[in-house]
Amino acid sequence: MSIGAGPSGGALIRKQVSNLLYAHPRLFLTLLLGPPLLWLGVVYLGSLFALLLQSFFSIDEFTGLVRREFTLSTYAELFQPANLDIIVRTVSMATAVTLAAAVIAFPIAYFMARYARGRLKAFMYLAVMLPLWSSYLVRVYSWKLILAKEGILSWVVDKLHLNWLLDAILSISVIGGPSLSISYTGMFLVFLYIWLPFMILPIQAALERVPANLMEASADLGARPRQTFRKVILPLAFPGAVAGSIFTFSLTLGDYIIPQIVGSSRLFIGQAVFIHQGTAGNIPLAAAFTVVPIIIMGIYLTIAKRLGAFDAL
Amino acid sequence: MGLKSAAVGGLLFLHVPLALILLYAFTTEDKSYQFPPPGLTLKWFSVVWSREDIWTALSLSIKVATVSTTIALVLGTLAAAAMFRSRFFGRESISLLIILPIALPGIITGISLRAAFNLADIPFSFWTIVLGHGTFCVVVVYNNVVARFRRTSASLVEASMDLGADGLQTFRYIVLPNIATALLAGGMLAFALSFDEVIVTTFTAGQQTTLPIWMLTELVRPRQRPVTNVVAVFVMVITFLPILGAYYLIRNTESVEGGGK
Amino acid sequence: MKIAVRFHSVCRYFGEVRAVDNLTFEVADGEFFSMLGPSGSGKTTCLRLLAGFDQPTSGHIEIHGKTSEGVPPYERDVNTVFQDYALFPHMNVIDNVAYGLMVKGVRRATRLARADEMLSLVKLGDLGARRPAQLSGGQRQRVALARALINEPRVLLLDEPLGALDLKLRQDMQIELKRLQRNLGITFIYVTHDQEEALSMSDRLAVFNQGRIEQIGTPREIYRTPGTRFVANFVGLSNLIPAEWAQRLAGFHADCSLRPERIRLMVPEEQPREGEIVLGGTVVDVRFHGADTLHEVELKNGQTLIVVTKSSEDAGPQEARVGMRVHACWSKSDMHPLGNIN
Repeated sequence: MSIGAGPSGGALIRKQVSNLLYAHPRLFLTLLLGPPLLWLGVVYLGSLFALLLQSFFSIDEFTGLVRREFTLSTYAELFQPANLDIIVRTVSMATAVTLAAAVIAFPIAYFMARYARGRLKAFMYLAVMLPLWSSYLVRVYSWKLILAKEGILSWVVDKLHLNWLLDAILSISVIGGPSLSISYTGMFLVFLYIWLPFMILPIQAALERVPANLMEASADLGARPRQTFRKVILPLAFPGAVAGSIFTFSLTLGDYIIPQIVGSSRLFIGQAVFIHQGTAGNIPLAAAFTVVPIIIMGIYLTIAKRLGAFDAL
Repeated sequence: MGLKSAAVGGLLFLHVPLALILLYAFTTEDKSYQFPPPGLTLKWFSVVWSREDIWTALSLSIKVATVSTTIALVLGTLAAAAMFRSRFFGRESISLLIILPIALPGIITGISLRAAFNLADIPFSFWTIVLGHGTFCVVVVYNNVVARFRRTSASLVEASMDLGADGLQTFRYIVLPNIATALLAGGMLAFALSFDEVIVTTFTAGQQTTLPIWMLTELVRPRQRPVTNVVAVFVMVITFLPILGAYYLIRNTESVEGGGK
Repeated sequence: MKIAVRFHSVCRYFGEVRAVDNLTFEVADGEFFSMLGPSGSGKTTCLRLLAGFDQPTSGHIEIHGKTSEGVPPYERDVNTVFQDYALFPHMNVIDNVAYGLMVKGVRRATRLARADEMLSLVKLGDLGARRPAQLSGGQRQRVALARALINEPRVLLLDEPLGALDLKLRQDMQIELKRLQRNLGITFIYVTHDQEEALSMSDRLAVFNQGRIEQIGTPREIYRTPGTRFVANFVGLSNLIPAEWAQRLAGFHADCSLRPERIRLMVPEEQPREGEIVLGGTVVDVRFHGADTLHEVELKNGQTLIVVTKSSEDAGPQEARVGMRVHACWSKSDMHPLGNIN
């Protein structure tokens, strides 16, 4: 029994639709999942497929047009010394940045997880989040200001009378260069700056999941602080670091803007891709270059999953 | 304590560069990045105001961001609702697929779209940009809404239906109010992301210029440096505010909603 | 007598797991019916099948004579009080309670007045403007009750509603719920794992185990004459007399249950009463439980009996102590042969 009038016309339709969806949960699911999957499937997966397809084409040397025939010659081009150089260069930079980021991020993450409480913690979280989400380009640009010959870093170095140190670093053959803003060192600093929040947050999340009484238990059982750190804290924070490394590594692998703005004329993978698909119109080669980070990240992700990084995300 | 200073140092490292940009927007020197700045002035703000190319780029960025966010809100919510409510075959793979556009570097998305446009002979246009932006904006909205769904007790929907509300009524009176702030936060984050996006956009824009593309061109071949700085400050503010807003929206709903104990 | 709910060979399988295994039973109109059992025994699944949140794999359910197959929850004349109360956090209390009327299109003034009545019924009259988050556990539970009753359902389902409350509050609420049910005259189907709760509140109860009902009956029947070993052990404490001994002592051909409070302890010199069974043993443990005292007596054959006696006023010489030799006595009628479930 119910109070009040029965359902009106509009309500009747609504009820019938509800009953239909209730009786057929699969139909409901299809309606829900259909549009987004359609978009992602067609737009995203479709283009990934198009990319892969193109990597098996090649460019005709005379006409400069893409020849749509299956061939492995474009992949073979990757093994030319110049191209191999690019790949090696990019991977090395990615590794260096990842390691440095882990080392620098750890104290910050540790402090946030263990010692910061309440408002301080919220503030620190915000302080790490904001740069992460705010404009990438602006942040890269800020380093161009900093690294410029007449910019603040030189000014500080000058004031601290460390010019000799700076010149010494710059004169080291591989990582040095004519100035900070045109050298691997400069690039390294910028990469580190940009990706640092990606490393801080997962480590902090992993450390937060360590119950406080674990460390008390360790001390209770007779371990010194250094041992507790090495045997308890570090291993538990490790998956967080691996999770963060996924981001730092993959983002460095694919980046082409930072090398362009703060770099020498020696190319990175991202730049190679950009250049080849641009005026040269050599999309097959660009595609082949792109497949390299995809494969590398595929392997990296499998290893990371084994190391427990996915639970730390 | 050593740890504290290291932590503070790290945070400063993150924020000092942004402060510098603000500083440089006022400098009188326009040919280099001289530090300390020789003088301070407001004139660059008025210069930016009168530049046509900046206004065009800005309006394109805003249009793209708005459309992409709207698409993302609809598709992201649909996907989140589907993924949350039931277990079905292939759920894990679909979960991975949805995350993919953000998990893989932007350059892959960019070049893939470019390859697809090339293969299908699609010319660059407003919609090619939106196709790229919409794809990763969906992920952002999806993540926010799914997280909120997870924190909502499933028995709320059951209670509503038990009391006599059919599916659509339950959605309107119970589900929607509970995810409202997540939608808002996701939307704001998506807007900020799209507004700032440059990596995928350079592959999908062709000759068009969004504000980030304008900045990129200026970075590579600088004309009036302080003008770029002013625009940078402006972009910072436009992306800062939605992020802050989204953060406050999400923060106040930490606990599980609807739980009785 | 009218039947409120009827289960016909209902099964609910989740792959290999048989959550509900071929259940057939009835609940009478106006009855306070409890479903008692450990976690995972199928009682909550039954409730969900009744409410409409789940569909049986086979068999069917009738509610007031009408089959419920394909009927969504919002069209059943059944309402639920959830274990976690499921109050809508974004509405205040009175809107929560009035929700059932709102979705039916009842006008605002009318439904708020009715909601006020319901709140007074559960003694929360002046808390209408608060939000659920501002209420205590006991108050939330009552709001959930009021909300479920406003539609005047003929069957009310309660899923362990008192589980989160502390002992004193729980006992008070048990009395209130029973009184409410009697006054309203509607059928209550009550799920709990607390056997004392089930015994004290129900008109009839069903003991669940692994998807099946081991026994249905009044509380007294279930307690006095448990049908199976599981029921004997789950509802109250019980001693198990193996079949060989039961045969020798009393002529029964099956294992028997013997309630600890039906056993008397005597010093060996005392004379047993007419027709009593007597076994000698030693007290190995004594535990004081307030009104009762629990003794563990090890018999000469190695078996341990649990004996519960009313605690004596003072620790006098009559008190059984650890190490004492005693005789345990009981009458044949206190032994109940156990069967398997049918």
